[in-house]
Amino acid sequence: MPTGTLQIKAISGHAGSNPGAGVQRENEVCKYIDVTTCIGCKACEVACVEWNDMPFQQTSFDNTYQTMPDTDWNYWNLIKFHEYQPENGNLMWLMRKHQCMHCEDPGCLRACPADGAIVQYTNGIVDFQQENCIGCQYCVSGCPFDIPKFNSLTKKVYKCTLCSDRVGQGLEPACIKACPTGCLKFGTKDDMRGLAEKRAAQLRDVSGFKNAGVYDPPSINGTHVIYVLHDATEPERYGGLPKTPVIPPTYTIWKHIAKPIGLALTLLAIPAAFFHYITQGPKEPQPPPDGPTREVQR
Amino acid sequence: MNEAVERFDENARRAAGAHGRTLIHPGELLRHPVYTRIVHWTSAAFFVASLLSGFAIYTPWMYRWLAPLFGGGPLTRLLHPWFGLGFCIAFTFQILNWLTEMAWTPDDNRWMRRIREYVSNTDKTEPDYVGFFNAGQKAYFWAIAVSLILFLISGIPMWFPRTFGRITVDIGYVVHDIAALVMLAGFVIHIYEGTAAQPGTFRSMTRGTVEDRWARTHHPAWWRRTRS
Repeated sequence: MPTGTLQIKAISGHAGSNPGAGVQRENEVCKYIDVTTCIGCKACEVACVEWNDMPFQQTSFDNTYQTMPDTDWNYWNLIKFHEYQPENGNLMWLMRKHQCMHCEDPGCLRACPADGAIVQYTNGIVDFQQENCIGCQYCVSGCPFDIPKFNSLTKKVYKCTLCSDRVGQGLEPACIKACPTGCLKFGTKDDMRGLAEKRAAQLRDVSGFKNAGVYDPPSINGTHVIYVLHDATEPERYGGLPKTPVIPPTYTIWKHIAKPIGLALTLLAIPAAFFHYITQGPKEPQPPPDGPTREVQR
Repeated sequence: MNEAVERFDENARRAAGAHGRTLIHPGELLRHPVYTRIVHWTSAAFFVASLLSGFAIYTPWMYRWLAPLFGGGPLTRLLHPWFGLGFCIAFTFQILNWLTEMAWTPDDNRWMRRIREYVSNTDKTEPDYVGFFNAGQKAYFWAIAVSLILFLISGIPMWFPRTFGRITVDIGYVVHDIAALVMLAGFVIHIYEGTAAQPGTFRSMTRGTVEDRWARTHHPAWWRRTRS
């Protein structure tokens, strides 16, 4: 069953209920990531590269358990590694699967000026349509998570698709399928949110992580990728996950104030000049004051 | 500094004059020498290219039909910064060329107070203190000079967003936008004043000369200076 796309809403001249109606409880999908049970095996990284048919890359070693410093235009999924020492003297290896968060209010989509280059499906997936992308990279600064990556050869921007091609066919994303520990799960937003809350409560009550919680930032109306963190009060600790991700107000000023004014100016300046000519006329060079005055009888 | 600029301009005018010429018929005055015309039209070409490619990027839903002129969306985006850079370089020469003529004087304040009479054509001729450029032209010139700097400091981070960081680029968009609006409004007025609104003006930038009575009407102080 395609998720959310081809479900019938109404049929002409049809008696009775719509076939398939109510089969899906909820349209919105969600990826659940429990960082507390991630072992940093990188199976999801490999699955992502394989499914999306991207070339294997040279990894770079920087004394951590991270494959490379950052995601790339053809490397959409990266386990961010951070060694953290809490006050009680323990040592924690924080592993966070870093990829597109599929925001409910996507900064990339808001910033993008190109018609049809970024779409958001009703199931919550935010997808780039490279054939419409003009490579302006506005999405790069529009994204609070630094996800879109520019390919200087094709002049297009790429990122995680949440395997929209798989999800559209009723399959889970490739990373989910590859995860051996079950720290990655995929389902409806409600189910995953519920599961995450349950796990966070378990971490708080049983495992002694007093600040455990769910990362589903309300500042961008939530995301379709959510995390369970040992310490939800310090998300920055997990490889720079922003505590309050925001779309900068400059986008509102630019797109919703300056742009309409600019377009109005463009459209008004030309008729203004035209009507000035019609009403005031041109400023002709004047004859010299002492020049001869001619009079014609007609 | 001013002397060095003047010397540079003089050499440039002489060099351009060696490759081109301006015919001055009886009853005409030399307005813009070859060098000025070359710099003007180079700036103009880069400006129009930047404007059209910029529109295609700025609002594709309205101006996407402009993108094919530059080879499609991605190529438009690729070329736009280079057009802009070309304009900045070309116009820098114009700034140097007109540094003295464009200097703001107390007479320009007087002109600005009479702008209503100017626009409504109540003044059939310009006031006799108007020299080589009137205050409106000077205002447009300096608006471009300021916009040019704004375009440059906002455009370079937009060109390489990953190098400059999110906040710089975000503010850059707004600054670039406002600079474009200032330029655009000025540009429409500039074309109108240079063609339909003031017959006899356009030839000053093509053939380089103007009629004697044109000079007397629009730039009386300059006209007097050429006769003394």
